[in-house]
Amino acid sequence: MTTNTQHETEIIVDPDVPLVRIIREFDAPPEKVFKAHTDPDILKLWNGPDGYETEFETFDCRTGGSWRYKSSGEDWEGWFRGSFHEIRPNTVIIQTFNYEDIPDGVALERIEFEDLGDGRTRLTSTSLVDSYEGRDAFLASGMEVGVIEGYNRLDGILAAG
Amino acid sequence: MVDNAAADRLSDVFSALADPTRRDMVARLASGDATVTDLAEPYDVTVQAVSKHLRVLEDAGLVSRSRDAQRRPVHLEAEVFDLMTKWIERYRRLAEERYRKLDAVLETMSENEKEKSK
Repeated sequence: MTTNTQHETEIIVDPDVPLVRIIREFDAPPEKVFKAHTDPDILKLWNGPDGYETEFETFDCRTGGSWRYKSSGEDWEGWFRGSFHEIRPNTVIIQTFNYEDIPDGVALERIEFEDLGDGRTRLTSTSLVDSYEGRDAFLASGMEVGVIEGYNRLDGILAAG
Repeated sequence: MVDNAAADRLSDVFSALADPTRRDMVARLASGDATVTDLAEPYDVTVQAVSKHLRVLEDAGLVSRSRDAQRRPVHLEAEVFDLMTKWIERYRRLAEERYRKLDAVLETMSENEKEKSK
């Protein structure tokens, strides 16, 4: 895929601890990137994959608050929820993240906003779960699109071997 | 909605790779088939211990062994490995998709602010 953006998302799946880390830079200062994460009217504009709409039921963005939203597309919908553990303006958001169909697969998320100067921000989002199984459930929960076909293919490969 | 049996198998793949010795074996097998004796050589462990690790990798579908009783070379099932890489890549692409939308949203926010300050 060719695009004009110079900021490709980087992903790190740690082999030693069950975490997934995503790193991405933005041409906007931390204040703005932080606001896009903490104002539900702005967040819903970009949250979730293409073709999926986010509807917030709760969004109480403060230390000790919580959130819950429905994500819906043409042939799928699901609920996600979590708690805001720590909100430090323009610096960090620490929250839990859970796809409600897999209640044990709770991820602890740390989203850091790093000021790179010149109106740029590096966003580092780290999701940690309590087991490798939990991480797999978490990876799968973010991939509703095509997840079943992926499992089926894996099934086929494993059965053939 | 997710096939649980298949999900368990994927977990087997991930947990098989959670062990550093097994990851190292997989890395070595990526450059070609090897026998159990070959694989045991660089480690300070018995052939039995290596066989145990191989069984975990075999159960997860990551490696296979030929039925040639004499040598029984171990073979990496690259397709299973590729599938995992694809899963991670798909997750990355979804994040990238979201962040491109955020790029666009951030640009609108700048414009709004400029308008406000006029």
